[in-house]
Amino acid sequence: MKIVVLVKQVPDSGAERNLRAEDNTVDRASANNVINEMDEYALEEALRIQEAHGGSTVTVLTMGPERATESIRKALSMGPDGAVHVLDDALSGTDALGTSKVLAAALKRLEPDLVLCGAESTDARGQVLPHMLAERLGVAALTGARKLTVDGSQLTIERQTEEGYEVVTAATPAIVSVWDTINEPRYPSFKGIMAAKKKPVETLTLADLGVSADEAGWAGALTTVASHAKRPPRSAGVKVTDDGEGGTKLVEFLVSEKFV
Amino acid sequence: MASVARLLPTPEAHDLLELTEELAEKELAPKVDDYEARGEFPREIIRTLGRSGLMGLPYPEEYGGSAQPYEVYLQVLEILAARWVAVAEAISVHTLACYPLAYHGSQEQQRRWLPDMLGGELLGAYCLSEPAGGSDAANLTTRAVKDRERYFINGTKAWITHAGVADFYNVFCRTGGPGPKGISCLLAPDHTAGLHVQNRERTMGLKASPVAQIAFDDAVVDADRLIGQEGEGFRIAMGALDAGRLGIAACAVGLAQGALNYATIYARERTQFGKPIIDFQGLGFMLADAATQISAARALTLHAARLRDAGKPYSIEAAKAKLFASDMAMRVTTDMVQVLGGAGYVADHPVERYFREAKVLQIVEGTNQIQRLVISRALAKDE
Repeated sequence: MKIVVLVKQVPDSGAERNLRAEDNTVDRASANNVINEMDEYALEEALRIQEAHGGSTVTVLTMGPERATESIRKALSMGPDGAVHVLDDALSGTDALGTSKVLAAALKRLEPDLVLCGAESTDARGQVLPHMLAERLGVAALTGARKLTVDGSQLTIERQTEEGYEVVTAATPAIVSVWDTINEPRYPSFKGIMAAKKKPVETLTLADLGVSADEAGWAGALTTVASHAKRPPRSAGVKVTDDGEGGTKLVEFLVSEKFV
Repeated sequence: MASVARLLPTPEAHDLLELTEELAEKELAPKVDDYEARGEFPREIIRTLGRSGLMGLPYPEEYGGSAQPYEVYLQVLEILAARWVAVAEAISVHTLACYPLAYHGSQEQQRRWLPDMLGGELLGAYCLSEPAGGSDAANLTTRAVKDRERYFINGTKAWITHAGVADFYNVFCRTGGPGPKGISCLLAPDHTAGLHVQNRERTMGLKASPVAQIAFDDAVVDADRLIGQEGEGFRIAMGALDAGRLGIAACAVGLAQGALNYATIYARERTQFGKPIIDFQGLGFMLADAATQISAARALTLHAARLRDAGKPYSIEAAKAKLFASDMAMRVTTDMVQVLGGAGYVADHPVERYFREAKVLQIVEGTNQIQRLVISRALAKDE
């Protein structure tokens, strides 16, 4: 089975993150950039499928600037066979729709049986990319998986919902997005880090993919961020004084916040 | 926190230390308090470190090691010890336990057992000390008698780290006459008939690390588990201990660094008389002295390691490093309790644990009195 894992480099969600004043895009230059956490689960799932099914290959696909190379090497140190890096100055400002166009073009070249990705990225949190890619590629989208079973060309997922889960099946080729409930990603090994330095990373430009520059980047973006502001500081909480109705008020609060 | 300035020999050493920092941050730091409070050995964490390649660092790649110089291996130990000294000590003891087979085993023995040992799937223990004498190893009394293709071991070993959780035990026992030349090394698996793990010692610190006596009651070990030749055991044990001493020195440096890191953050945040207590010279200088002593111990330890890596004699420098670093760790951890004052004396802060943990480093792998003996004897003989 030929597996491609989508890996995005994002600013570390554990540190302070900012948008740039000049163009409202994510400030990547001053951030500590890491692999999108959910993508590590997708990568782990791919490696487990590879270990269970002989003859499989796992390729990492990343679209991003030059510094995304660090995240590609980090991903490769976990065990995949190689990577493809879509790298082009014209990609700056690309929105989700444009990203799906570029990645779909790259995936058409790679012809995978299975595409795995995180259910969302910690920077944009749109959850739209797997669906857009499935539409462009004409393959099934199995999204939000907390479990994935591969039986020949038959894929079955448990899609995580707020109430429980749904069982969804499809035949390959397909795209599967996963949540962090699906597995526990491995750490890289020292040998894996050494081996990653020698693994092939193919760099592709928009021209290589047959995508014109005005279909991506600022030029091709249908959505842009118009303005942004810092999140206001946390306001004071609600204080409930128990005058005999305390329990009821607590329950009402929990219901209004959808905790129960 | 001021990061430690390091000179590393290769870019791969840099990558290795980065991986170690990540593992220490994610696997050790969040779990240490809980495991130490419960006294549970973190076998799964050790396995994770093994899968990442940290359990066989100084051994050849041919058998699953990483062929790293001691200079690099010791800095890995130091980083782990700064978060959880019991885990760093476990790796040091395991690395020591792999030494006899890796350096004195036959190719056949190495092929059979070494890959799983260096991969961390099989955890090792080292049985040299006995109830009647730890320091006087040349006069050990545990006896192994060969009958056809098997050895029958009788006696008791004491202070065995990983007792009951190890998968293999290096057992140094007497197969010949009295003195160092009558000692041999046997590699006993944990399921050896007649090998009985005794009650766990109630130790002052390193509570996650099980220590107990092991009684051998006609314990049966196949003759093909003899490492080296009969009579070579003492030489093997001493060679391993020279390397083991460097491991303890690195643990001491890391432990002291961890204590300094914690106390420094505390002293910056804690205010008295309207300013952070680090700005009072009495405390600031105490931290400055600790930082200086740690740097000195690190430099001494890595100097001994670099001698070893260069193939030069290093026993005396290793003894000095173990002596200096563990005495330093005792002093520094005592002072870091003082920096926290009353807060340092309660278990809500880790410095009281660091203080308890430091003590054992002055005792294991040769007491610091033995180290002084080794150093002074060398001075007496020096030409």
